[in-house]
Amino acid sequence: MWPAAGLMGERVGVARPGRRKGRVAWNPRLVTRASLRERLFTLPTFTPETAAALPGPPWLRHRRAAAAEAFASAPLPTEKDEVWRYSRIDSLDLDRYQTPDSSDVMATDVHGPPPSDRIRTLVDRLGPRSGLIVTVNGVLATVASDAGDDALAIGRMTEHDEAEALLGSIATDPTDFVLLNDAFAADPVVIDIHAGVTIEHPVVVVHVITGAGGDAVFPRTVIRGASSSVASVVEIVVDVEGGLLAELPTRGASSVANHAEHLVVPVTEVQVADGAELNYVSIQSLGPATWQLAHQVSTIGADAGLHSFAVALGGSYARLRTDSALIGTSGTSKLRAAFIGRDDQMLDFRTLQDHRAPKTTSDLLFMGAVADRSHSVYSGLIRVRRGAVRSDAMQTNHNLVLDEGAHADSVPNLDIQENDVRCSHASTVGPVSEDQRYYLESRGVEPEVAERLIVAGFFADIADQVPIAGTRAMIGQALADRTGIHGV
Amino acid sequence: MSTGELKIEDLHAGIPGREILRGVTLTVRSGEVHAVMGPNGSGKSTLAHVLMGRPGYEILSGTVTLDGIDLLSLPTWQRARAGLFLGMQHPIEVPGVSLVTALTASRPEIEAGEAGADAGAGDVSERMRAEAKRIGFDERFLTRSLNVDLSGGERKRNETLQMGVLRPRFAILDEIDSGLDVDALAAVGRRVEEATEEWGLGVLAITHFRRLLKVLKPDVVHVLSAGRVVATGESELAEIVDRTGYAAYTGVGP
Repeated sequence: MWPAAGLMGERVGVARPGRRKGRVAWNPRLVTRASLRERLFTLPTFTPETAAALPGPPWLRHRRAAAAEAFASAPLPTEKDEVWRYSRIDSLDLDRYQTPDSSDVMATDVHGPPPSDRIRTLVDRLGPRSGLIVTVNGVLATVASDAGDDALAIGRMTEHDEAEALLGSIATDPTDFVLLNDAFAADPVVIDIHAGVTIEHPVVVVHVITGAGGDAVFPRTVIRGASSSVASVVEIVVDVEGGLLAELPTRGASSVANHAEHLVVPVTEVQVADGAELNYVSIQSLGPATWQLAHQVSTIGADAGLHSFAVALGGSYARLRTDSALIGTSGTSKLRAAFIGRDDQMLDFRTLQDHRAPKTTSDLLFMGAVADRSHSVYSGLIRVRRGAVRSDAMQTNHNLVLDEGAHADSVPNLDIQENDVRCSHASTVGPVSEDQRYYLESRGVEPEVAERLIVAGFFADIADQVPIAGTRAMIGQALADRTGIHGV
Repeated sequence: MSTGELKIEDLHAGIPGREILRGVTLTVRSGEVHAVMGPNGSGKSTLAHVLMGRPGYEILSGTVTLDGIDLLSLPTWQRARAGLFLGMQHPIEVPGVSLVTALTASRPEIEAGEAGADAGAGDVSERMRAEAKRIGFDERFLTRSLNVDLSGGERKRNETLQMGVLRPRFAILDEIDSGLDVDALAAVGRRVEEATEEWGLGVLAITHFRRLLKVLKPDVVHVLSAGRVVATGESELAEIVDRTGYAAYTGVGP
């Protein structure tokens, strides 16, 4: 219980002394109150009133208003908070962004015109699919399902029978930017895979960001794999002007000044029910000036499995928080991410492998490279709660630092509250191995080519682990483009 | 058949603060096999890496030329393209980079089929398969990551295979025999021997043991001790060393 106190109803938290010795304060409520007052007065856009004014059924409008209220009454995070350490959150100026005009949200005919050629080209590269959802600046533009209604329900959240129960069912304890998404997500979408159903091809969700800049966009996706279902979902956040995946600027050729600056706050809730299997691939391809604050929250039931793969390519400051909770006996999660930083960008990953049930397994591997003056952060926590006996958790983060001005932070953490468990973590940060370079050069490989081969080789193994076949080639190519390698 | 020479003259080199090679002079001509023997720490591997230009070594004085080209002024990759090859004692793992990828990148002209790249020897994949067969190297390894999960012997076969594909003018083979079983040793030794005839490969074979030299017959044997060539002779020298040890050359008794 938080005592209400102070002017403007600010929350004053009683911070417990942080536990040391292997236990890490991950409690997002342990925030400081720095600059609370200034920020409260300077948020004309993101107010409870503007949230409540978004179109939708009464329950959703109430939900938004409450979330906006909660967001406004809590301090914004700062880099002093443990979970925002190393980030650039102090540079975030919400005043620079507007919520896009979404007055036509409910009027959009989602069975209307097909997506633009560029989006269609992108989607077609993924191969066969079972369904397609396209949102444009947070508003649903296209829904098409090739699977029968008895197998799959996809589309606008508010049209789903259980909408009120589904939205927020996985992200149950929203803080900071999840609250902001709760408040301003104009048009949440849902992918509901029915019990016992196996869907061969993936459902593809594309969140298109478009415009000259200054928009705050809040994509919201809820994925439910009901019990014993087997399915795949690909979710792409792409700035349509900032270059689609294949058209990313090659090294040194990009120009930040030419690109629109948006704020994108995607929240994806994933429920993998008992006995279900879900493959989930997310690809972030934003423009180089855009900020992203993304959350992927999942729960995995008994004997269920989640295999997720995140690829981060664009953004100025692009953060992805991945919280995966194993809530049923013998559930497993395999979490993968690959990222390449360029120019001055910062790619920021925070992960939580939360073992809440016995015999659960989590296996995390995040691999990244930073070039130019870019910066990456990996901070991850394995938590094994009391009762989660015989759990097995693995957390690995490897980083290549390609240029002197680039930097990578890697901070693995363990919070083990049970005895009979296996946990391991490993992390490395370093330049391209001089020995490997020498070996290739001694065969006659030019230094630049040798470096590119080694970097591509560094990603080769993880790129093979992309769970959805149709995305594998695209991701491999995107990583290769990002490292400047062609045709290798 | 090419003619030329790898000429090392009064080479002084080492690592910062320590001179390891103290004036090495020797010349290998095309088609010749020179064996370099010597006790541990005599500078054999240093010689190999200094010739190839491994980072961390410094040249103090002396010259090395390959067919008149000043090798020491070139970066490693250009030494390789000038025709020098080093079969390493400890080949390095390069995860995610396959042999075919590395060899294709190492000699773009082979793939392009340009003149001067031994036209008629085939493209990289053809050469790789042919070389693999000659030394009993499992073709499965051709597409795997370089040296990853290979046994010591497989790594040495891998080095030999690369030499066969790249067809260098001169090859330094640093303990190419270590880790090889009897049959593999015979196959590798034979392959190198044949290369001296096929395209006039000149060989500088660093070894501790005479068993390699029974297959790969040396024209000249050098004994390296404390960074200097202290004895040079014909193949009998290897037999003498094998019988009596290095004591006579190093001044240190067994």
